[in-house]
Amino acid sequence: MPQTAGTLDSQQKTTSRRPAGTLYRGNTGMWSWVLHRITGVAIFFFLLVHILDTALVRISPEAYNAVISQYQTPIMGLGEVALVGAIVFHAFNGLRIILIDFWNAKYQRVLFYVVIGLWVVTMLGFAPRHLINVFSH
Amino acid sequence: MTSTIEAPRSPYTRSSKKSSVNWEKWGWIYMRVSGVVLIVLIFGHLFVNLMVGEGVNALNFAFVAGKLSSPFWMVWDVLMLWLALIHGGNGMRTLVNDYATSRISRGILKIAILVSVVALIVLGTLVVFTFDPCPAGAPADLVASFCKTL
Repeated sequence: MPQTAGTLDSQQKTTSRRPAGTLYRGNTGMWSWVLHRITGVAIFFFLLVHILDTALVRISPEAYNAVISQYQTPIMGLGEVALVGAIVFHAFNGLRIILIDFWNAKYQRVLFYVVIGLWVVTMLGFAPRHLINVFSH
Repeated sequence: MTSTIEAPRSPYTRSSKKSSVNWEKWGWIYMRVSGVVLIVLIFGHLFVNLMVGEGVNALNFAFVAGKLSSPFWMVWDVLMLWLALIHGGNGMRTLVNDYATSRISRGILKIAILVSVVALIVLGTLVVFTFDPCPAGAPADLVASFCKTL
């Protein structure tokens, strides 16, 4: 297919500045994808541990209480903020992926900033209350 | 010159013999459907366990016994268990397919994922449905207050 010099120039200009043609290469598209994978892996390994520790209710009240009290220390309290942060990002970015797939991919960039905004609002609601609980214990 | 590029998520075929079920497509749909349900289940779980009352400090055996003696929370927790483990296991399978370079390491890692997911689903489901909130001989100060009236 013959191409005019003008369209080739504009295409080269576009590709030289930022990658085009894929949602998942470069900038917000790529970083949301990277964060989605990292948070997903972190949540998966927490889930494995969390099912095992909850299964201790079947052994004895003492066994369960001994392990769950470890979740109430200041260091684990900070870890829980990180865990909830990972879950909230994964949840909102998952909704962004669904909107990209079923609605319109051209809004992926603005949706990424919507995800970040909703994440900040949710964490402002969660983190202070949780940290007060943890550190006033 | 024209070249055709296969549509994304079209089935991977080993031979000319095609499977009638496109498992990758159903996996792709499962991730989205379970993801939406999990947002409701996990946000609810986090709100009730970390935000209400004293939050994380209120968690102990009696708290869990109170929840798991109600059919509502039994169904909630078992749904969360199955949906989250399969969602997470399928996500880990995607990462193994992307990053494990040899056929043998992919095989070992995917078997390890499958074994962990199946074992934890069986364990978690058994715990929820065989749980006794008032175990015989347990100290009264460690079990829920409703155990006294039994």
